[in-house]
Amino acid sequence: MQLTGAQMICESLLREGVTVIFGLPGGAILPFYQTLPEYPDLQHILVRHEQNAGHAADGYARASGKVGVAVATSGPGATNLVTPLATAMMDSVPIVALTGQVPRAAIGRDAFQETDTTGVTAPITKHNYLVMDTADIPRVMKEAFHIARSGRPGPVLVDLPRDVLTERAEFDYPESVNLRSYKPTLEGHAQQIKRAAKLIRDARRPLIMAGHGVTISGAFAELKELAEKVQIPVITTLLGIGAFPGEHILSMGMPGMHGQAHNNWAIERSDLIVAVGMRFDDRVTGRLSAFAPNAQIIHIEVDPAEIGKNVGVAVPIVGDARRILHALAVEVEPATHADWLKEIDVLREEHPFVMPESDRLLPQYVIRELCEATDGRAIVVTGVGQHQMWAAQHYVFKEHNSWITSGGLGTMGFEVPAAMGAAFAQPERTVWSIAGDGGFQMTFSELATIAEHNVPVKFAIINNNSLGLVRQLQDLFYDRNRVAVEYSGNPDFVKLAEAYGIWAVRVTDKAAVRTAIDEAAAVDGPAIIDFRVEREENVYPHVPAGGSVFEMLEGPTPPVPSVPSVPPTSDEAHAWRK
Amino acid sequence: MAQVETHTITALVQDRPGVLARIAGMFSRRGFNISNLAVGHSETPGLSRMTFVAEGDEWVVEQVMKQLYKLIDVVQVYDITAENIVLRELALLKVRSNAESRPEIMQLVDIFRANIVDVAKDALVIEVTGDEEKVDALIQLLQPFGLREVMRTGRIAMSRGPATTGPRKGVKPTIDHSAPDTEVVP
Ligand SMILES: Cc1ncc(C[n+]2csc(CCOP(=O)(O)OP(=O)(O)O)c2C)c(N)n1
Repeated sequence: MQLTGAQMICESLLREGVTVIFGLPGGAILPFYQTLPEYPDLQHILVRHEQNAGHAADGYARASGKVGVAVATSGPGATNLVTPLATAMMDSVPIVALTGQVPRAAIGRDAFQETDTTGVTAPITKHNYLVMDTADIPRVMKEAFHIARSGRPGPVLVDLPRDVLTERAEFDYPESVNLRSYKPTLEGHAQQIKRAAKLIRDARRPLIMAGHGVTISGAFAELKELAEKVQIPVITTLLGIGAFPGEHILSMGMPGMHGQAHNNWAIERSDLIVAVGMRFDDRVTGRLSAFAPNAQIIHIEVDPAEIGKNVGVAVPIVGDARRILHALAVEVEPATHADWLKEIDVLREEHPFVMPESDRLLPQYVIRELCEATDGRAIVVTGVGQHQMWAAQHYVFKEHNSWITSGGLGTMGFEVPAAMGAAFAQPERTVWSIAGDGGFQMTFSELATIAEHNVPVKFAIINNNSLGLVRQLQDLFYDRNRVAVEYSGNPDFVKLAEAYGIWAVRVTDKAAVRTAIDEAAAVDGPAIIDFRVEREENVYPHVPAGGSVFEMLEGPTPPVPSVPSVPPTSDEAHAWRK
Repeated sequence: MAQVETHTITALVQDRPGVLARIAGMFSRRGFNISNLAVGHSETPGLSRMTFVAEGDEWVVEQVMKQLYKLIDVVQVYDITAENIVLRELALLKVRSNAESRPEIMQLVDIFRANIVDVAKDALVIEVTGDEEKVDALIQLLQPFGLREVMRTGRIAMSRGPATTGPRKGVKPTIDHSAPDTEVVP
């Protein structure tokens, strides 16, 4: 069958099971767009900014477990994808990005809207392709999807010169991929699993640390089986949240910089850490030389390059988390670890994770109410900052595949487009975006797309009129020297919503929180709540970057004196402008 | 200056456009020091063989190898440092010469079993192969005559005996210690 390159792309997308793509056209990618009407089964969502197309594909992928697809034109379109590609790379999210490129003959001549897209994106993609022959498209597309979703998933970019899209060639979609240089190991080494089981048998203070890999491989039942059989408490990293039921008796919560204090103390005492699908990020470990000083480590990970990168490992097991956890659960002998569980209970008592009490509207309170109102069953998407950490700490998830946050790169602005993408992936589920007023303003142009398609995303803007987490750093570690963190000219988010025709309400009072949430949930379509929260609230615990558990600030001691120089609220700012 | 630990690593890679840029980019992005890099076709069509000399201790080199593996175009990586290997480098050296100095230079060329591949009135081009020390030594001896240009290929390596390069597949077992403490973003 002879097809144009553009038709081949569409045919390939359909064969890979793609139904929704997020993009924004331009000259170089136009042949693809002009072909789209021939393929009504491919729903194209026109975004307002290519960065948002990328994050939407990311949110779509995380919520569905499928590959997300983003499309952009050459030059500025492609460079706008840099942030979402880097975000997806850090968090192992499968995305295929299709970018237009100037015609082949113009490459290298600084033609209009030419960028070396494969050069720019090489370090932030799992792999990328510049297609120089139309006949290569089927193979490249097959490989791109395979690479994106297999092994440790990640973003793959396919750069398509305009004339490669218009030229015709024979279309024969390959059945399988044969890459001699890429064959991810999935089955764990039997001998290593035996060695791991032996370490687990001999351990007195074992811990499991579960990361994103558990969710990616869908190893939920296997993780639970192992934890229950040997009675090992389970710590979930930021991206591991939801990998283990939050209400389970063995569930410990999050470790690291803003993790619950008892976890960091438990890690300090532990003699064996079974790390699954996580990579010992510096937010988790703090100072490496002080991390888990008494523990041997079993590291189960599909990406061999992660093993031994940060921490020394006693037993490495390369492979798929689900298969290895299953094999390990079969291999281990049942145990109770009663003393260790008691010890952890004492740690919990000594280092309680308390919900601050106040008559004022506290951000933590908003998130707890949200959790209750949604019965812990919403898909929660966040931005980056204090609100993200509070969401991680206070929203207790009952379902898997429900927590979508930019962990590795920490990309502010993720909360709007990623929530949109998640809602396209899971139209039956409720999607709440817990947003910062800072991050929200980076990407809220997507409200237009959300309104156009009546996407039922609910936004809870945790509005502190500031870049809260940076303010916290300045307060705690820079002598309260507040620089460039106060947003005194924030827009009126309710009026903003109105401009887009989106339902919205402002909440300034604790008593109004639940009603607002319930009202927003009842809206048939998107909704925005502007929660005017207490601005001086800090995220605790806080392990200073590169610090150890011994430097962990567990709470506001000494108490933070109230500061008079609060920025005006946006109401005041508007009044002042008038 | 303290002797820097170096490792000789060879890699079999797909012969595709951009593969060298990918590898070089990975090295610089991850902060690996590569003092030497040589590339050429391998015995298999479509595959190139590269030889790197990586600076750093075992921990660094293990990371280098794993990160190389992670690149989709890289087929196989071997650390052949500890093996019985032949190391060679080829250099072309252009040195000033005249009737007076030529015999002395030719004597050096002889001793080093090098070749003179071009003769002009006032210059010679010398071809020398050997390990780096040998090439370094000849360069040093030629310096006083006026060395006009030096072109070196970089190290290539092959294990001795019938076995093909790199009997060990994959990356050797992880060493049991953590990475050094570093400063991180607050
Ligand atoms: C794109 C981007 N720029 C800058 C930062 C640095 N940064 C981290 S948290 C933060 C403040 C975020 O403010 P906001 O979105 O209002 O959330 P809050 O911390 O107030 O809850 C900033 C600026 C970042 N993570 N991402």
